[in-house]
Amino acid sequence: MSTVLPTLRYSAEHEWIDDASPAKIGISQVAADTLGDVVYVDLPEAGSTVTAGEACGEIESTKSVSELFSPVTGTVVEVNAEAAENPALLNEDPYGAGWLFTVEVDEEGPLLSAQEYAEANGGELA
Amino acid sequence: MTVSTTSKHTALHDEHAALGASFTDFGGWDMPLKYGSELAEHRAVRAAAGLFDLSHMGEIRVTGPDAGTFLNTALVGNLAVVAVGKAKYSLICTSEGGIIDDLITYRLGETEYLVVPNAGNAPTVLAALQERAAGFDVTVTDESAETSLIAVQGPAAEAILLELVPAEQQELVTGMKYYAAAEATVAGTQVLLARTGYTGEDGFELYVPNAGAASLWAALLEIGRGHGLIPCGLASRDSLRLEAGMPLYGQELTRDLTPYEAGLGPVVSFKKEEDFVGRAALEARKAEGATRTLVGLKGLGRRAARAHYPVLKDGTVVGEVTSGAPSPTLGYPVALAYVEAGLAAPGTTLDVDLRGRPEPFEVVPLPFYQRQK
Repeated sequence: MSTVLPTLRYSAEHEWIDDASPAKIGISQVAADTLGDVVYVDLPEAGSTVTAGEACGEIESTKSVSELFSPVTGTVVEVNAEAAENPALLNEDPYGAGWLFTVEVDEEGPLLSAQEYAEANGGELA
Repeated sequence: MTVSTTSKHTALHDEHAALGASFTDFGGWDMPLKYGSELAEHRAVRAAAGLFDLSHMGEIRVTGPDAGTFLNTALVGNLAVVAVGKAKYSLICTSEGGIIDDLITYRLGETEYLVVPNAGNAPTVLAALQERAAGFDVTVTDESAETSLIAVQGPAAEAILLELVPAEQQELVTGMKYYAAAEATVAGTQVLLARTGYTGEDGFELYVPNAGAASLWAALLEIGRGHGLIPCGLASRDSLRLEAGMPLYGQELTRDLTPYEAGLGPVVSFKKEEDFVGRAALEARKAEGATRTLVGLKGLGRRAARAHYPVLKDGTVVGEVTSGAPSPTLGYPVALAYVEAGLAAPGTTLDVDLRGRPEPFEVVPLPFYQRQK
């Protein structure tokens, strides 16, 4: 069963977001497990704006390509170059080293608690 | 999650479930897509060995005094000259020269052959062979439902087999050449052992009646693990064959294509006497030349091309990708594509429209990957 970290909140599109400022964003283990081996990530540029619920990048696995949605509206501060270099980090450590980008948040989109996300997706709270 | 009541299961389905396989539909069968990481499965086959359940494929036995000349008429290749104990890759075509399936045929005796069509085409190939048998002294028997097929592929495959055959069959295994086959006893089970495969590595395919499949699988897995073997699903099978430049029916091969577009001209034999199905059409196509050609493309960036993506030259569409993926072994994207015949020379630079963005690719000779021999 895929792990869901209780300290994070989640979008319906399987991104997680923490409570730091700027907020850190990544994809959940549910998403990583569904995608399979990630081979490429296309991340938004630092300084660009992202809009809650809109695609801001792509995550490509061996077999398929999925859009990366931003769970919030705001400005991208930092992008994880290590994840871009080594996309396998999204499978190995999606909540840690596999983080994707940070955002100065202007407005949040709809977010689920860890409990709600775990229930909706058959995940297990860590 | 809905469970399909119409999907077929192989005799090894429970083994795959116990190993934690994720399943996918292929040709109406529930087959293991992967057991864990498909990249790990791909790498295991290149470095050590992989174990595959291919029981969804068809097995059609052709016997009788006219077996050789019948197959020479039904298929485009010269099967009648294949020696007993050897195999040949061939195509079955329509009378217009369109490809119905690509398949391997084993010559098991003077008047006995085993034809192995792809899973999705097995019923169609059976029907075509039965229809084409009219007038020949031959019996066409579908053994697909009773036959399981297990493949051991990778550099460690021979060492693994040697641990499971009796002493007097060791030489049979070490002496078996590529595209040869013989009866053997593996883990106490009678099998047709063949040195064929779809990965670009050394390896064996074992044809066994369903009743013997589970114990054979377990024995190969147990002994194989000591050599680095892991079970592998259809995802890794696809990335392995792509690196090896091998076509997949439904992607590189379809009824709208003849062997000449697909680069399989040498598979067609005009030397044989038989007026095989498609002969006139294929003679014409060979003479006029194919207008589009299958090529290998190497990605110059990091993003992979995928099936159906357009291929462009200076902004104009000149072809279409049929298969594409990142190559785990080579570290760059590889793809197969049909392009206008004039653009097929290695070194030609083309673009692939990757979801709205043109990305540069270069035509390279096939195969992308070749094993050290």
